[in-house]
Amino acid sequence: MWDGSTFLHYLHSGYLLTGAAISLALSIGAMAIGIVLGTIAALMRMSQRRWLRQPAGFYVWLFRGTPVLVQLIIIYTGLPQIGISLGVVASALVGLGVNEGAYLAEIIRAGVASVPKGQFEAARAIGMTWAKTMRVIILPQAARIILPPLGNSFNGLMKTSSLASVISLEELLRRTELLVQVKFKVLELFCVAAVYYLVLTTLWGFVQQWLEARASRSLSATPGDARARPARIALDNAALSHDAS
Amino acid sequence: MPRCPMTHPDPAMAPKASQPVVIEARNVRKSFGHTEVLKGIDLKVHRGEVVVIIGPSGGGKSTFLRTLNHLDAPSAGEIWINGAPFGFALRNGRAEAVSDAALSMQRRQIGMVFQQFNLFGHMTALDNIRCGPVQVLRRRADLALADARRLLALVGLADRESAYPAQLSGGQQQRVAIARALAMEPAAMLFDEPTSALDPEMVGEVLNVMLDLAAKGMTMVIVTHEIQFARKAADRILFMEDGMIVEEGHPARMVDSPKHERTRRFLRLVGEAA
Ligand SMILES: Nc1ncnc2c1ncn2[C@@H]1O[C@H](COP(=O)(O)OP(=O)(O)OP(=O)(O)O)[C@@H](O)[C@H]1O
Ligand SMILES: [Mg+2]
Repeated sequence: MWDGSTFLHYLHSGYLLTGAAISLALSIGAMAIGIVLGTIAALMRMSQRRWLRQPAGFYVWLFRGTPVLVQLIIIYTGLPQIGISLGVVASALVGLGVNEGAYLAEIIRAGVASVPKGQFEAARAIGMTWAKTMRVIILPQAARIILPPLGNSFNGLMKTSSLASVISLEELLRRTELLVQVKFKVLELFCVAAVYYLVLTTLWGFVQQWLEARASRSLSATPGDARARPARIALDNAALSHDAS
Repeated sequence: MPRCPMTHPDPAMAPKASQPVVIEARNVRKSFGHTEVLKGIDLKVHRGEVVVIIGPSGGGKSTFLRTLNHLDAPSAGEIWINGAPFGFALRNGRAEAVSDAALSMQRRQIGMVFQQFNLFGHMTALDNIRCGPVQVLRRRADLALADARRLLALVGLADRESAYPAQLSGGQQQRVAIARALAMEPAAMLFDEPTSALDPEMVGEVLNVMLDLAAKGMTMVIVTHEIQFARKAADRILFMEDGMIVEEGHPARMVDSPKHERTRRFLRLVGEAA
């Protein structure tokens, strides 16, 4: 029997809503870690120097080649055995973030490779260092290529974050399970969880569309069309102002 | 005997030759794998001098130009800029490579204009030009802006400052690229076939900007197939083939009465033989 009123009741329960918020926060945190690690790994893998290339290659190989669930369990329950205790939240963030970074490294590398070599040379020719060339010229242009797969990856991450329930992090799925144990409304409660995930990924879909439209404006403008003057994306005044790097 | 008009005597005696040397290449060699593309090139470019390099495809002209600002590091030999070692430092009489930061600092002195323009695609014309001064020279924003506008006007594009590269014609893009290089106030400019990617009707507007620069005393090394432009703008023409400078001389003499059979054959091929 489907209990419609239970379903509707928990659709706006503070307990599960908080769980969804924790899932979202966990995803954002892991994504931030993933973007940092992924960018570093991508740049290392494109280096001329083998001692930079190889560790990055090993990282990508290791974390793409093993299940993230296994990685989470090793980090949370395995590492304390050798004296590294991270706690639930840190374990989940590190596990999901490091795993995400390995996937993003490939995405970012492809994006950087899509920027014509002439952009790099022109930047070098006006005296930019390698790092400045990457930051000011290459990565902003690679962003257009990187953004769609990056957005899809974040969609995936919001769902994958449910794996953190196995290390007892009280995110959406874990809270749903706890509730099921006392209310015994299995179908209704898991359907509520599913709806929450759906809302999260759907909202993200809108954000993603908006971001992609913004990023593609400058380069898709047609020649001579003065009215299609796009907003400056990467080189706003902040980027132009003196920075300390 | 080839007829030699010699309005100018030997280039070594031209007035610009008494100016200080800006760019010096000493026995520059470059190999890619086992193929030697540059086979020991010597060149001195004096202040205000315009040197044009011509020669058949694959002869190493681009490679040589790129070694001059270390976009390609020479496999052997040295580059000196304004009497200082470029891309290397002398320690106990031995040449050692310098750091990326130091090399980048030195590169500011040499502007480069590419065949494919290579304007930064995510920046407006104005931002392309002031990007270097602001990011690299750390010039004050208002000064960089004023300077960028002045340079845009100089290349005749004052009204297109907020256009993105994709909104500009090839000729306009190349003029912005020249302004971008000029914004760094380089001691010399390198041009690698700046008009080869342009539709014929746009070649003139770019060459005119370059003639203008030459008249203002800019030191330039230009790779081009525009022989008539070379004849007009150059103080010296070098003919390069198979990684070597086969012949060099005063433009009129080089174009009208080349000494070497290979130079003659090349000029005949590009339709400029006397
Ligand atoms: N990065 C590279 N790796 C391997 N070979 C290269 C590289 N760059 C240039 N070469 C080779 O060096 C030779 C000289 O090339 P270069 O581009 O300097 O000639 P060029 O005189 O500029 O010709 P073009 O008139 O066609 O531009 C060519 O045989 C080319 O294939
Ligand atoms: Mg070339």
